Amino acid sequence: MSHMDRARHEALAREELVKIRSIPLSPKARLQIPVQDMPSQDPMVRRANMFEVATGYTPEQAMLESARCLQCKNAPCVAGCPVRIDIPGFLAKARDGDFAGAVAVIKRTNLLPSICGRVCPQEKQCQLTCTVGKALGGVDKAVQIGRVERFVADYERGAGLLAAPPVTGSTGKKVAVVGAGPAGLTCAVDVRRQGHKVVIFEAFHKAGGVMVYGIPEFRLPKALVASEAEVVESMGVDFEMSFLVGRTRRLNSLLKEDDFDAVFIGTGAGLPKFMNIPGENLVGVFSANEYLTRANLMKAYEIGKAATPLYPSRRVAVLGGGNVAMDSARMALRLGAEEVRVLYRRTREEMPARGEEVVHAMEEGIIFDFLSSPTQVLGDQNGRVVGLEVLSYELGAPDESGRRRPVAIKGSEKIVPFDTVIVAVGNESNPLISRTSPELSVDRWGHILVDEKQKTSIERVYAGGDIVLGAATVILAMGEGRRAAAAINEVLQ
Amino acid sequence: MHSEHKILSKRQLSEEVYRMEILAPLVAKERKAGQFVIVQYDEEYSERIPLTIADADEEKGTVTLIFQTVGASTHKLALKNVGDSIVLLGPLGNPTHIENYGWAVCVGGGIGLAPLHPIVKALKNAGNRVTVISGARTAELLIMQEEMKALADEHIIVTDDGSAGRKALVTEPLKELCSRDPKPDLVVTIGPPIMMKFCAATTQPFGVKTLASLNTIMIDGTGMCGGCRVTVGGKTKFVCVDGPEFDAHEVDWAQMLSRLGAYKSIEQAAHDRCHLEMSLQKLAKAQGAAQDAAETITERSNNR
Ligand SMILES: Cc1cc2nc3c(=O)[nH]c(=O)nc-3n(C[C@H](O)[C@H](O)[C@H](O)COP(=O)(O)OP(=O)(O)OC[C@H]3O[C@@H](n4cnc5c(N)ncnc54)[C@H](O)[C@@H]3O)c2cc1C
Ligand SMILES: Cc1cc2nc3c(=O)[nH]c(=O)nc-3n(C[C@H](O)[C@H](O)[C@H](O)COP(=O)(O)OP(=O)(O)OC[C@H]3O[C@@H](n4cnc5c(N)ncnc54)[C@H](O)[C@@H]3O)c2cc1C
Ligand code: SF4
Ligand code: SF4
Ligand code: FES
Repeated sequence: MSHMDRARHEALAREELVKIRSIPLSPKARLQIPVQDMPSQDPMVRRANMFEVATGYTPEQAMLESARCLQCKNAPCVAGCPVRIDIPGFLAKARDGDFAGAVAVIKRTNLLPSICGRVCPQEKQCQLTCTVGKALGGVDKAVQIGRVERFVADYERGAGLLAAPPVTGSTGKKVAVVGAGPAGLTCAVDVRRQGHKVVIFEAFHKAGGVMVYGIPEFRLPKALVASEAEVVESMGVDFEMSFLVGRTRRLNSLLKEDDFDAVFIGTGAGLPKFMNIPGENLVGVFSANEYLTRANLMKAYEIGKAATPLYPSRRVAVLGGGNVAMDSARMALRLGAEEVRVLYRRTREEMPARGEEVVHAMEEGIIFDFLSSPTQVLGDQNGRVVGLEVLSYELGAPDESGRRRPVAIKGSEKIVPFDTVIVAVGNESNPLISRTSPELSVDRWGHILVDEKQKTSIERVYAGGDIVLGAATVILAMGEGRRAAAAINEVLQ
Repeated sequence: MHSEHKILSKRQLSEEVYRMEILAPLVAKERKAGQFVIVQYDEEYSERIPLTIADADEEKGTVTLIFQTVGASTHKLALKNVGDSIVLLGPLGNPTHIENYGWAVCVGGGIGLAPLHPIVKALKNAGNRVTVISGARTAELLIMQEEMKALADEHIIVTDDGSAGRKALVTEPLKELCSRDPKPDLVVTIGPPIMMKFCAATTQPFGVKTLASLNTIMIDGTGMCGGCRVTVGGKTKFVCVDGPEFDAHEVDWAQMLSRLGAYKSIEQAAHDRCHLEMSLQKLAKAQGAAQDAAETITERSNNR
């Protein structure tokens, strides 16, 4: 794949803009506008730094990409967006260069567009159903809604226009939000807008949830997450950091002794799954959560400054095929590994990771061993990892999820040397709150059960995000946070 | 954003051991014997350091931490002074299960005496007869001795070099106690993992129920990362949420020890840098002294 620099993207887009402005655009002409690629750092450079991989559209690209939108009456894209952004509405403004107007349209329903524009799995959501993509025969040809969304949000921040939503007069009511991830932050903002006092309780010393400890700097800059949290703080939301609900204080005490009128639980899915194969507790086997937390939140990459170490790896195996696996693999590369291989039981088509991340990982030189999965981790006499026994698979009949089920090929075991193994096969829900609040109903996976308004089995207690959905997405977590906030605001009226 | 906790008092108990009282009213109120906190000396680059709550005063709203400066992070923590603030999260882990067992033997090694203290206290309050074995490399490192003396029905002191009490390892008197008739109903052991491992080996033939409080490497302390995992009874357990106490006879000690040593070379380098940069100890003074100190450090980290 040849890499094109930003200036070239800009120049091409400018030429194209001149072309389309000279003629009135028919739908057919719009379909002929080339889809705008995302400028990015050169793969061979970025694989050794922590800076953002995708550097964002130029204004010309943003206008051009928006011009590809056909402004469909039924706007199928909107139904694909979990928070129902008026997509043709904001694209029309962006097309005309009214970026501030575009972001205002987005912010009516999505409070954190600079984040969603970067991390939403657009090809499975808004862009999946886009008419342009359908007409051109591929979701990769759809209007790049997320990229424009990111552009206008970054424009707003860059132009100093970022403002906190207005807060109406104080109501004297008090709401506790547990967890400062996307679900909690969104809920806090919407409840605070109505004039209720809001206190966020967060176990970590930084706000953002997975956005600070999981998703790496090179994909979602931490300064950006911090500035979003500052906006929330500037609305008068209190943050109690390093506060573990269930331990520092129980849910019950918040309701009964501390006089909170309602509580929202947005504690995420922070419980790493392992594969339950022999050797998984050897030194050098990490959960992706541990590996990424050391690297991101604890800043292991700032060698010499950060106190939390990660030892240098040479040959790294990453087990899994989702975003978490991609992030771990690319982080390992940036921390100096010589070879990083992703082992995935199925094939590229079934990988749940965001399309763009897989492409980026491949460009950076991550090796993918599809249709393979380890049967055991091998160690030396000091208890350190030296390799994996790997079994090959082939695809059989589709299972209940519709994906073809991988079937092991008997006798295909082979031994591959590795000094580090990162297990990225998913997360379960952290049971701390449900364990310390027995009245809270959960399903057999520990997900909190809620009704259509996000209300739990306890009066005045709401929940949303990964703790309800299982490992989901940032935008779904935000959507649930908003829905819970609406219900809380209704009850507190 | 609020997360700071003020240091109200600080005392150096020995060359390497510090005691700090920290204002944390909610933690002081909630905590029970056996629980710990995670502290950070700053929000940017600090490691998250798990430390047991050695004592708490609910009225004053304080928790007491006693820690040994074993590496870079604990050194930096020791540099904090009264009036400074630190980040503190807790109380974490499961409280020790306290009941009237009858006769309980509590074995503390070195810094392990600090976390042992609240357990001794709680066992005493529950009506147990409590024997305490206090062990350390040398007399200087024997901490909490007055408190232990005041609580214990029987108090046995041992040091590696004989500078206080018997010249022995804790396992010697422990074996004698287990040989008595009737034998102890419960043994609790907290100290360097290698010591806990040998305590477990000592009590096992006697069939005495033995609890060990594991001090694995931790990051979040809330069950999110799995970095603290060990194998107990053939199953993977997270020390921060399933522990920190486990049946010592079921713990895979070899694995626990190798996981603790995972970062040894990096920690050693950080520790050395720390000594250099901060001249916390008078290492630079004489070449000979530096040599000695470096040797003890290596020795100790080899022992951990
Ligand atoms: C490595 C990785 C990459 C990902 N990539 C993407 C992506 O590209 N796109 C995408 O859309 N999604 C991605 N996801 C998923 C997405 O991050 C989550 O779905 C989303 O963050 C869930 O939000 P949440 O608010 O429910 O929980 P979280 O983000 O998990 O936040 C929960 C917060 O609650 C705190 N907390 C937990 N328990 C307590 C307690 N008892 N008391 C106080 N605080 C508590 C936690 O410390 C945390 O800060 C990724 C996830 C991971 C792990
Ligand atoms: C539940 C629990 C309770 C603890 N209570 C106390 C206490 O009350 N007082 C006290 O002095 N110490 C206690 N510890 C140990 C203390 O956390 C470590 O000594 C400290 O984190 C070492 O950090 P460092 O950077 O100074 O040393 P490092 O240079 O990181 O390490 C020095 C040595 O300590 C071990 N170590 C490193 N990190 C940890 C860690 N997070 N946990 C345990 N050992 C580690 C290493 O294997 C190494 O041998 C406890 C640990 C746990 C898990
Ligand atoms: S929030 Fe996500 S799904 Fe919705 S329009 Fe933006 S990128 Fe698409
Ligand atoms: S479906 Fe595509 S073309 Fe139609 S309005 Fe949405 S973004 Fe525009
Ligand atoms: S310290 Fe992370 S799970 Fe225990």
